[in-house]
Amino acid sequence: MFDLTGKCALITGASGGIGAEIAKALHAQGATVGLTGTRVEALEKVAAEIGNERVHILPCNLSDDEALAALPKQAEEAMGSLDVLVNNAGLTRDNLAMRIKDDDWDAVLNVNLTAAFKLSKAVLRGMMKKRWGRIIGITSIVGVTGNPGQTNYAASKAGMIGYSKSLAYEVGSRGITVNCVAPGYIATAMTDELSEDVKSAMLTKIPAGRMGNPEEIAAGVVYLASNEAQYVTGQTLHINGGMAMI
Amino acid sequence: MSDVAERVKKIVVEHLGVEEAKVTENASFIDDLGADSLDTVELVMAFEEEFGCEIPDDAAEKILTVKDAIDFIEANA
Repeated sequence: MFDLTGKCALITGASGGIGAEIAKALHAQGATVGLTGTRVEALEKVAAEIGNERVHILPCNLSDDEALAALPKQAEEAMGSLDVLVNNAGLTRDNLAMRIKDDDWDAVLNVNLTAAFKLSKAVLRGMMKKRWGRIIGITSIVGVTGNPGQTNYAASKAGMIGYSKSLAYEVGSRGITVNCVAPGYIATAMTDELSEDVKSAMLTKIPAGRMGNPEEIAAGVVYLASNEAQYVTGQTLHINGGMAMI
Repeated sequence: MSDVAERVKKIVVEHLGVEEAKVTENASFIDDLGADSLDTVELVMAFEEEFGCEIPDDAAEKILTVKDAIDFIEANA
């Protein structure tokens, strides 16, 4: 099950904790993977961990419109095809709403939401022709539940869920599925930044009693990318140890 | 029939899976050939590829029949 041999997947934010695991997991199922991010050295490190075959490094700054527009074609040329897009790149600029600066709002919305949509739009043509495609957005539990200090981040993640549903309607008849995975509290560099107090308070709210691992998110992405998930579209798969039951 | 007309009709037949006889010049993609809105977007993409031209959105909106497509391509490709 979940064999991805012959499929080519582009993963944004592939040098991050969750992105790297997604790339590894897709590759382990037989997919060719394209790693995108801004930190070339970090991408090279992930690529080296994955191995020599079926791995391509495609550096791209998603805040740069021209670079973003060129990325799908570069990916197709490097990998030979583009069947699975994983919009994983994301950043946070946390602050209370009253203190959020316009720049903090714009930066988060631009990368997390706008760039993800633009990439999704750009890969559709090839997928429509092939009558097969997977667009998977890594959203967040906070896009559904909200979280103090994260108005910008929550808005971007809720926006991703919204456009994914609309897009799923539009391209459902063409064999393309559009879904989201919503991680809860996962151990990565992004959550390392939280204070110990915040961390221990969060753990009390998780029935599983622990933080999640990036591998557990990657497994959800593998499922949604597979042929077995052909009938799953417009959905958000919550992987959060029961932290929110939606 | 011009070369463009023939190629346009071939794309329409292949893409919409309709009988060639139905693809007359006055046939409307949506009303006569059963296309949905996404089909029309795909047809425009297929024309762009076949004829190496760009069909802007405002022009694409006006391409409703086989003849509209042929006329646009003959004028612009």
